[in-house]
Amino acid sequence: MDTSAILFYVISVFLVLSSLMVVFLRNVVHCALALVVALFLIAVLFVMLHAPMVGVLQVLVYAGAIMVLFLFVIMFLNPTAAEPRRKPWWILGSLGALLLAGGLAALFANGEAPADPVAATEMFGSPELLGKSLFTDFVLPFEIASVLLLVAIIGAVVLARREP
Amino acid sequence: MVAPTQTVATVDLLRWMPLIPLLASLINVFFGTRLGRKASGGLACAAVLASFSIALYIFWLLPATGIFRDTVYTWFESGSFQVKLSFQVDALTAVMLLVVTGIGFLIHIYSLGYIGHDEGMIRFFVYLNLFIFFMLLLVMGDNLLVLFIGWEGVGLCSYLLIGFWYQDHTNTIAGNKAFIVNRIGDFGFMLGLLLLVTELGRQGVWTLDFMELQKHVNLLSPDKITLITLLLFVGAIGKSAQIPLFVWLPDAMAGPTPVSALIHAATMVTAGAYMTARLHFLFVLAPGTLSLIAVIGAATAFFAATVALTQNDIKRVLAYSTVSQLGYMFIAVGIGAFSTAIFHLFTHAFFKACLFLGSGSVIHALGGEQDMGKMGGLRAYLPTTYWTYLIATLAIAGAPFTSGFFSKDSILWQAYSRPHGSTELWFVGWLTAGLTAFYMFRQLFLVFHGQCRADDHVKAHIHESPAVMTLPLVVLAAGSIFAGWLGAPEYLWGSRWDQWLQPTFGGLHEAAHGSETDEINLTLLTLAIGALGFVFAYFAYGRASKLPDRLASLAGGGPYRLLLHKYYVDELYDFLIVRPFTYCSRWLAQVFDPEVIDGLVNAVAKGARGFSLIWREIQTGNVQHYLAGFLAATLALLAYFLNQQ
Amino acid sequence: MVPLDHYLILAAVIFAIGVIGVLVRRNLIVVLMSIELMLNAVNLTFIAFSRYLGSMQGQVIVFFVMAVAAAEAVIGLAIVISVFRHRQSLDPQEMQLLKW
Repeated sequence: MDTSAILFYVISVFLVLSSLMVVFLRNVVHCALALVVALFLIAVLFVMLHAPMVGVLQVLVYAGAIMVLFLFVIMFLNPTAAEPRRKPWWILGSLGALLLAGGLAALFANGEAPADPVAATEMFGSPELLGKSLFTDFVLPFEIASVLLLVAIIGAVVLARREP
Repeated sequence: MVAPTQTVATVDLLRWMPLIPLLASLINVFFGTRLGRKASGGLACAAVLASFSIALYIFWLLPATGIFRDTVYTWFESGSFQVKLSFQVDALTAVMLLVVTGIGFLIHIYSLGYIGHDEGMIRFFVYLNLFIFFMLLLVMGDNLLVLFIGWEGVGLCSYLLIGFWYQDHTNTIAGNKAFIVNRIGDFGFMLGLLLLVTELGRQGVWTLDFMELQKHVNLLSPDKITLITLLLFVGAIGKSAQIPLFVWLPDAMAGPTPVSALIHAATMVTAGAYMTARLHFLFVLAPGTLSLIAVIGAATAFFAATVALTQNDIKRVLAYSTVSQLGYMFIAVGIGAFSTAIFHLFTHAFFKACLFLGSGSVIHALGGEQDMGKMGGLRAYLPTTYWTYLIATLAIAGAPFTSGFFSKDSILWQAYSRPHGSTELWFVGWLTAGLTAFYMFRQLFLVFHGQCRADDHVKAHIHESPAVMTLPLVVLAAGSIFAGWLGAPEYLWGSRWDQWLQPTFGGLHEAAHGSETDEINLTLLTLAIGALGFVFAYFAYGRASKLPDRLASLAGGGPYRLLLHKYYVDELYDFLIVRPFTYCSRWLAQVFDPEVIDGLVNAVAKGARGFSLIWREIQTGNVQHYLAGFLAATLALLAYFLNQQ
Repeated sequence: MVPLDHYLILAAVIFAIGVIGVLVRRNLIVVLMSIELMLNAVNLTFIAFSRYLGSMQGQVIVFFVMAVAAAEAVIGLAIVISVFRHRQSLDPQEMQLLKW
């Protein structure tokens, strides 16, 4: 068991914990913070998996921009009403999710996946390689993604504005 | 069987025989009112005269063993099954043609006088010409389907003409009855026809042509032939008013008298006998059916004669008489004496038409009176009518050397002496002959002799019919005497008739087995009972007598009432068949259809609605519920794929 | 080295936890956050595969997923704001007008 393996298991434990916190805590702000932690831990996993560029993006975009947006909206709305909780609903939901996890795990852990990763080149996961893919093979989705973001901005402005 | 020497020739003239009356009918339909009554009536008569002329010409041209054929076009083709609209004239058809067009023509002339003042005169001639068209189709068709078209068509015209005076509801009901009862018979006919086609088809022969059928009839098994002939005979029972489907004919007297004369005496009702004669090769192979035909014929003959004894309406007596005489024809058919049956058909057409037209003359003279109780002594007022009526009565009663004498005696002799005949059949026929003489002379005496019992204002207007009506009477009376001379027995001057029809019926005319002495003895017996009938009628009705009343009140009046009410057959049918049927129909219409069938349809709709009412509850509007559904589906898919692994 | 299966199982667990949140919580914002959690689980799967199969395509996909997730979060939150203005509530179970 080398260090990366140990690191992986430790991170996964914390990841699961913080995910559970996101779902189970009562206070919305606490949930948001737990989510930030989870996202950060996932970014670490990305880096471990030789995807430094994506990992950095995760921190910048996800944990940085999106979560800030979430917190912004939470503060803006300042909801005071306590959230009602119903036990049976929770039990059923947990059961369903458990089944889902179990099913997916059974599906994945069939021993067909490669145990060892392919020998990684130096450039694997680097911005250069990612950029090259994006601007050659995937240039069309890239451009459409930018249009999508534009539309999202406009949409958000329109949806959220106060009626004149 | 067809004699091997029969020749077939194509004659295009044949199609004009039915076509001309059809055209005349159509012209009268569309332009009748514009032509005016005289012209349209004249057109109708001229059309039938034209057909009669062509018929005469064809008759003259037709060689002894020949067949004329005229194919108009192919009606339909289905694989190897071809049906053509095609006419054929052989010896049998030639005879029928002369009867239909000849007597038809005379009746058309008569109608000019009888219906001439009626509002619907043009309509009458339209229907009458249409009838001639269909009847010609029937007798000239060279395959069973064309015959059937004619068969159905004459039924239609019969309905139209019985209900001619439709303003009176009883007439339309009578027309309905005729058509419906006929239809029952036609159903059997159709089944027989279809069975014939399919059974022959099973053997690889697809045809309904008479000549083809005759060639291939041996391919069928005897059972099948018996069934087919039975079914076809059911059609004849309906059309020719035999037991049990005779009930429409007396009611059909609601139509004008020329109609009764033409359709319900001379032509349409004889179609049944014609059909069996035409298909003799089939019937000969089904001895079971033939026995049944003979028995039904005999029963009908006797039964109808007994009813005729008591009837008071002048046309009703003649109607039952027709049923009775038709029974004789079927006795002849049943014993295999087909040409004799057609011979009786021939002579019957003359004297029955004469009788009916004569009764029409009487009714016309009395301003519409049909009850014989209100007649009497008309001999003085209507001489021509009386003498022709007398001659026709003598003919039907079988007075010596009248046509009826020859034809009826021939039937009785054949019934006695043929291997297929029996003494019982002869006996019934013989008794019926006596009854026939009695009731016909009863009618003659009641109507023409004694005191005139009509109301005074009617009496004042009694007048002999115009020439246009009496001339046909005279011609028909002459026919009633001389037409029968064609079929005299061997011990007199021999039968031209059988000779003429021999090619059609081939070797069927087995010589009757019996000596000449027997034949003469039987004839004398028949004459004896006929004379007895006459004498009885004379003493009961020829002179003022209490005999009728004493007879009527015999045994408490029961038998008399039974006969007067025609054995209550109509009431029986009404009770057994009509009522349950209408009850079922009403139930179906008022209960079954709205509640069950509509209910079923509505139930489907209600079910769909109910179903959707339940299922729409799924759409709760709560997104998380929908997502739960997603999860469930995903889990199901997961389970499926895990199973696959 | 950690076998790929373990990464995949981890991602599955995170995904399932996200599912609980989406299904059960009655605060719209938390629901949206749970969706983000699910998306991230998927991203993790993609990156793991990308590493173990040696293909850059997985990372490219993740790139796009992030872009779309950002757009979706923005719109989602805009809707939440709009709804809150009308109903003063963030409970999805109170927004059931679009039903039978």
